Amino acid sequence: MVHKSSDKNSDKDFVKQPESNNNGYWRANIRLMLSLLLIWFLVSFGCGILWVDALNQYAFFGFKLGFWFSQQGSIFVFVALIFFYAWRMNRLDKMYGVDEQE
Amino acid sequence: MSAQVLTYLFVGLSFALYIGIAIWSRSSSTREFYVAGGHVHPLANGAATAADWMSAASYLSMAGIIAFEGADGARYLMGWTGGYVLLALLLAPYLRKFNKFTVPDFVGDRYYSQTARLVAVVCVIFISFTYVAGQMRGVGVVFSRFLEVDINTGVVIGMAIVFFYAVLGGMKGITYTQVAQYCVLIFAYLVPAIFISLTLTNNPLPMLGLGSTLASEPVYLLDKLDGLTQELGMTAFTAGNKSTIDMFFITAALMAGTAGLPHVIVRFFTVPRVRDARISAGYALVLIALLYTTAPAVAAFARINIINAMDGLQYADAPEWFSKWENSGLIAWVDKNQDGEIQYRGGAAVEKSPVYDIGRGASGERLLTNQWTSSDNELYIDRDIIVLAHPEISQLPNWVVALVAAGGLAAALSTAAGLLLVISTAIAHDLLKKTFRPAITERQELRYARLAAAVAIAIAGLFGIYPPGFVAEVVAFAFGLAAASFFPVILLGIFSTRMNKEAAISGMLTGLIFTFSYIVYFKFVSPESNNAVHWWFGISPEGIGSLGMILNFIVALVVMRLTPPPPQEVQDLVQHIRVPQARHVS
Repeated sequence: MVHKSSDKNSDKDFVKQPESNNNGYWRANIRLMLSLLLIWFLVSFGCGILWVDALNQYAFFGFKLGFWFSQQGSIFVFVALIFFYAWRMNRLDKMYGVDEQE
Repeated sequence: MSAQVLTYLFVGLSFALYIGIAIWSRSSSTREFYVAGGHVHPLANGAATAADWMSAASYLSMAGIIAFEGADGARYLMGWTGGYVLLALLLAPYLRKFNKFTVPDFVGDRYYSQTARLVAVVCVIFISFTYVAGQMRGVGVVFSRFLEVDINTGVVIGMAIVFFYAVLGGMKGITYTQVAQYCVLIFAYLVPAIFISLTLTNNPLPMLGLGSTLASEPVYLLDKLDGLTQELGMTAFTAGNKSTIDMFFITAALMAGTAGLPHVIVRFFTVPRVRDARISAGYALVLIALLYTTAPAVAAFARINIINAMDGLQYADAPEWFSKWENSGLIAWVDKNQDGEIQYRGGAAVEKSPVYDIGRGASGERLLTNQWTSSDNELYIDRDIIVLAHPEISQLPNWVVALVAAGGLAAALSTAAGLLLVISTAIAHDLLKKTFRPAITERQELRYARLAAAVAIAIAGLFGIYPPGFVAEVVAFAFGLAAASFFPVILLGIFSTRMNKEAAISGMLTGLIFTFSYIVYFKFVSPESNNAVHWWFGISPEGIGSLGMILNFIVALVVMRLTPPPPQEVQDLVQHIRVPQARHVS
């Protein structure tokens, strides 16, 4: 019989300790990556292409909002995403003890 | 001093700098030749990546395209920057941990297959040569217009410079030269943009100037431009002509293509650690964004300035730059209503690109043999001259004009050098050492790498001197093919331990053949049907790489489930590259 708690137990019991820790690291990495890629998709393909006409009804300083996202805004967000990722991953590396030592 | 003397001076100084760096950073081992020894500082690698990446197309052509296409130009702005997010999050850190020299290295080892390696080598060489042909041409154009030497002489000078530092220095020489080239090109791009932004909007930052009000009247610059363009019967600047689905697919193809381009990926092999690869992609994108967020401003400024300078101008009063570009064959004017005045309106002035007659017209303009269109527009401007001509159109001082020429050369040469190195590595390392002549020593391999670089430069130069008529057409190939072939295979190779060689090869071939056939059909076999009515789902050949990529993913995932998993040591390799370092107790 399979139910939730036994699943969790089997994870702990049958997987070797170091590997399960790497799995935790990998899962955290994937979670971070997917959430950042979601933002990446929303600002570029979303605001810059799919919803550009709707957003163009709003003004953002001297820009139409959709036009701004597609020509400048998405690029600023891309830069922020990469730096955030690098920062978070360095912390994850340390947390799981897989950071590079000199 | 005249603009020409200053151009000689700036170009000469920048070339002396590149050669000096090349002598200082000669390579003595294959590891130095291929990946600069693997100890480039992440910030230096970021600058080198930025120069490597920003080619003649980014520097010379992109702002021109946006100036005339307005909103549609966003596909380049987002496509050529968004790819770095994919690169940083999905590929760069893992490929750095893998710690070899080339993309075919990864494909060959991860898929335990010489066939996969060979397919990858062929793709690398094809993509890189396609790309490099355009760079050499860009070098020739800058030389011929600003130094008034023959285009062919210009190409030969460019070849000699690249030969010197690529063959001597390998990746080590190229990396540090590219850092210098980045500084030259970004300075040369920003200075005129800042000047023009100040004149038009009083705002010294062109990125913000684009959203500011005009200095001359309290109206937003973009609103003014939308008004002007519509008044003249053109599409409003902030409105697009392309369909949403085509924009979507082209942008996706450019993003995935950027992440899959071998000369960009290989740069991340040159930093010391995995964490450096992550942050280095960030530095690269910041430095690229400096130019990419300025480009739409330059585009809008140029469009306003051209409309103001050109429309209603008597041809007899046209400034010097106008006749110079007319003589280079990149500007043309047809006096449709015989009033001696330039009418700049929506639509093309003549059918196809201009073909000049020998004679001169009533006002002294060069006559064309082309059929006139029914539109009132009398002016043809080649989009590639916008960045080069804009400082003159805006009457900036001569030294700025000279600087822009030096920047254009830096952009074209840095990209050409990076591509040539990838080609030489593919031949010496992937083809000879790893496939046909595994017995060669390191010294021999290094000699072959230098020889291959020299041959590749000669071939690239020939492309520049005798440009195949289809250079512009095949650029769509480079991105489409990179997106449809490498991107899925590398991605699945990292994120799936189950991914095997059968799936990789069948996926890669599906993506390649599909994308290749679609582009060849619409560009060469049946160019007259190259329009939205005949395209599949309304996707142009420029964007079809995205569909090829989706097919690659589907085929690979299906084949993977029907064939045996990869050997244990390959699965261990995948686990190994996923963590920066084996777990330790801290």
